[in-house]
Amino acid sequence: MLPYKNHQEKLNLIKSGKLSLLENVKYFLDRAEEKKDINGFNFVFKEDALKSALDIQKKIIQGNAGRLAGMVIAIKDVLALKDKQLTCSSGILKNFISLYTGTAVQKIIDEDAIIIGKTNCDQFAMGSSNENSFFGNCLNPCDLTRVPGGSSGGSAAVVAAGLCDAALGTDTGGSIRQPAAFCGIYGLKPTYGRVSRYGLTAYASSFDCIGPMTGNVDDAELILSVISGFDPKDSTSMNIEPALSGKDYEQTSKYKIGVPKEYFAEGLDTEIKLRIEEYISFLKNSGFEFVNINLPYTQYSIATYYILTTAEASSNLSRFDGARYGFRSDYEGSLADMYTHSRSEGFGEEVKRRIMLGTYVLSAGYYDAYYRKAQQVRRLFKNDFENAFKQVDLLITPTAPTSAYKLGEKSNDPLQMYLGDIYTTSANLAGIPGISIPAGVNKQNLPIGIQFMANHFQENKLINISRFIENNFKNGK
Amino acid sequence: MESKYEAVIGLEVHAQLLTETKIFCGCSTKFGNPANTNVCPVCLGHPGVLPVLNKKVVEYAVRMGIATNCTINKKSVFARKNYFYPDLPKGYQISQFELPVCEKGFVDIVCADGTEKRLGITRIHLEEDAGKSIHDQGSETLVDVNRCGVPLIEIVSEPDMRTPEDAYLYLTKIKQLVQYLGVCDGNMEEGSLRCDANISIRPKGQKELGTKAEVKNMNSFRNVEKAIALEIERQIEIIEEGGRIVQETLLFNADTNKLASMRSKEEAHDYRYFPDPDLIPTIISEEWKKQISDSLPELPDTRKARFIEGYKLPAYDAEILTGQKELADYYECVLKETNDYKSASNWVMGEVLKTIKEEKIEISDFPVSPENLGKLINLINKNVISGKIAKDVFPVLLKDNRDPEIIVKEKNLVQITDTGAIEESVDKIISSSPNQVQEYLSGKEKVLGFFVGQIMKETKGKANPAVVNEILRNKLNTLK
Ligand SMILES: [Zn+2]
Repeated sequence: MLPYKNHQEKLNLIKSGKLSLLENVKYFLDRAEEKKDINGFNFVFKEDALKSALDIQKKIIQGNAGRLAGMVIAIKDVLALKDKQLTCSSGILKNFISLYTGTAVQKIIDEDAIIIGKTNCDQFAMGSSNENSFFGNCLNPCDLTRVPGGSSGGSAAVVAAGLCDAALGTDTGGSIRQPAAFCGIYGLKPTYGRVSRYGLTAYASSFDCIGPMTGNVDDAELILSVISGFDPKDSTSMNIEPALSGKDYEQTSKYKIGVPKEYFAEGLDTEIKLRIEEYISFLKNSGFEFVNINLPYTQYSIATYYILTTAEASSNLSRFDGARYGFRSDYEGSLADMYTHSRSEGFGEEVKRRIMLGTYVLSAGYYDAYYRKAQQVRRLFKNDFENAFKQVDLLITPTAPTSAYKLGEKSNDPLQMYLGDIYTTSANLAGIPGISIPAGVNKQNLPIGIQFMANHFQENKLINISRFIENNFKNGK
Repeated sequence: MESKYEAVIGLEVHAQLLTETKIFCGCSTKFGNPANTNVCPVCLGHPGVLPVLNKKVVEYAVRMGIATNCTINKKSVFARKNYFYPDLPKGYQISQFELPVCEKGFVDIVCADGTEKRLGITRIHLEEDAGKSIHDQGSETLVDVNRCGVPLIEIVSEPDMRTPEDAYLYLTKIKQLVQYLGVCDGNMEEGSLRCDANISIRPKGQKELGTKAEVKNMNSFRNVEKAIALEIERQIEIIEEGGRIVQETLLFNADTNKLASMRSKEEAHDYRYFPDPDLIPTIISEEWKKQISDSLPELPDTRKARFIEGYKLPAYDAEILTGQKELADYYECVLKETNDYKSASNWVMGEVLKTIKEEKIEISDFPVSPENLGKLINLINKNVISGKIAKDVFPVLLKDNRDPEIIVKEKNLVQITDTGAIEESVDKIISSSPNQVQEYLSGKEKVLGFFVGQIMKETKGKANPAVVNEILRNKLNTLK
């Protein structure tokens, strides 16, 4: 067990000489080696981490260290870090080395975080179980026969298994929140535009978000405050207050919380449903006001999400063609043969399925019926949420319809797998922030996650409610 | 024989913009650097990179839009044009599709017979250039990415042209405009200006359009005219023989002067355009538009009118002088030295253009400075030299571009206006040519030419002809 609860405590221990950062990093590295069977890391940067530990320890003692000084962070292997592999857990990039470091990663480095390694994920972040990785399945540390969720399965698993302090994940339709729920940690998907996407290998550009995955609320807030802000390298990024700080924490109990009935309908695991009701009554007893909310377009979320994200993906992934970098097939033939074989051999099945779907919905003759229509529905989603947030500050929902399932249980049924994203895709369609917080375990000892969503750029409300529960709810775990 | 068919022609012109940096990254647009040196992760299309729009590019497109009388769209949207090719690193080209930056404009051309024609412009949109595939180095194809992301505008015309000559004039107009605006160097041979043509034919009087073919790869103005003429001929021949035009893309081969089919409609790409989610819509405020509009240089038509009005030049002179911005600039620099507008025009349109043509150089490389040409004109007007002598001074100027006054002095070409010296010469000729004097006195005015010729010979052409004439007449008349 670690002798600290959050980063602030860790810093205090280091400053007072009670904790050696070098020993702390060695501990994580040993533990990562020990828990190798989880398969959470694609790459561990042992030498770099040890060297950083020495440098940063010095800075901390000297008093000129950054805000994340000594925090040991794992980053999802879709994020660019200069001179390191960037594989996206796909064979097509298995030997690719990044020429540059992305903005969010650079920001945590600038604040003296230590990057311990790159984490396993579904290929190109496409999947909900981490079963679509070139490097093999990642296992759920709570139960090694089960999936950690996806696509940021590795990031969730290494945090839950205590192999690092925190991780960066990415969320296109739930890829931070759902694995956080499956592994029993905090996972925050920021507002679209809050964090620069520069350096995040695009799956669906108008959905993708980078966010923190942590064991506590404070660290999630701290990391988010570091990686946020407008980036001249990303025209879709924005600098919008309120910044996160928790300074309005005392406002929390005045929040009005909405319960969208569409999120508690058929298909939701009973134990999860009961757990959320338990939380709702706790919050009610604590003085929170609750309102029933209708989000009628919820039923179209999966269809809309998969049309738009696959369309964008089919184009985003065109650059991986074997011509200039990445994997190229040995097959001898024409240029078209080279493309076909490199892509057929390099990409995994789920990636190919989504590229084909996306190509189809953008094709002449189908564009209006699928892509354009889905764009229109997306607008309606946004309206839905805009209206909801006129009435309430937050929405409370389950993060996923089930707890972590068995490896292989859904991997042969993509539709069933897609339905698992039903509670998380809406936030990405609307561009709003959402957080999954751990809410104890079920009878099988598997973690349960609860999701809160807030209006655009109101991550402070998500942080405040999560902190309130973290501080006050005692019955769960 | 008057053809019973009418051609319908539309042009798509790509113009490479003269910005310092590329459209979506900070890389240089400099031409001629070693292969794959003007590159960065963004234009290499590496995983995780994002495009950021270069504002200058929008400004250049808006300049062209205003100059071609287009509506400047308040909001325009970048779209992805998806296709695979090794010199296209992202597997898509960022272009504009449903909402281009400019729409619905026109330009006017003047045909050979003097009639004016208004040709519509459908749209002007922004896009990034692709790289270059190099096929002629060994068995492998190499890719140079330097050109990737160099900004382009595509200017799409309405199908308003009817003859190859129309197309030539339209293209000339476009080139003239981009050069005046300073947005593109307009060099077709080097590929900074490129042109594709859509051509169909129909019986005269018919309203509906025939099936069109697209002709590509015409890399000079004359080739555009030639290729279009060939394609019209080809289509007429097919129809005359009872055939049908198929929609296809043809490549013009300048070496063989022939068209070859590249792909048919069935093989045409489905580009799967959709709005680029990495870029926010481009908003052009009224204020920005006005700023750009206010900063526009004088456009050719306005300049031509000013030349006619201000310098009292014939329309023909004004048309030629303003045809090329650099030529008009040169002419106006000559006028800084001399007030003789018409003589300056004659010199620029005559000796200057002739030399440029003969030497195959650009006006920017023309060796005589406008200042010195102006001085030369002044020397004539001040009677320091005759027009004829000036023609002899000009080649010397071409060689070393020095102050013509010095050249004239050095070569002792100064005109003799000293009446004493001329009188002496006149007396000499009169006394040595009694026969001719008699002829003149008997009324043969023509003989005067003989005397003038003799005097010029005597003075090696330096005598002022007006002075000679006057003295000669006076002297002869006293003999009457
Ligand atoms: Zn570049």
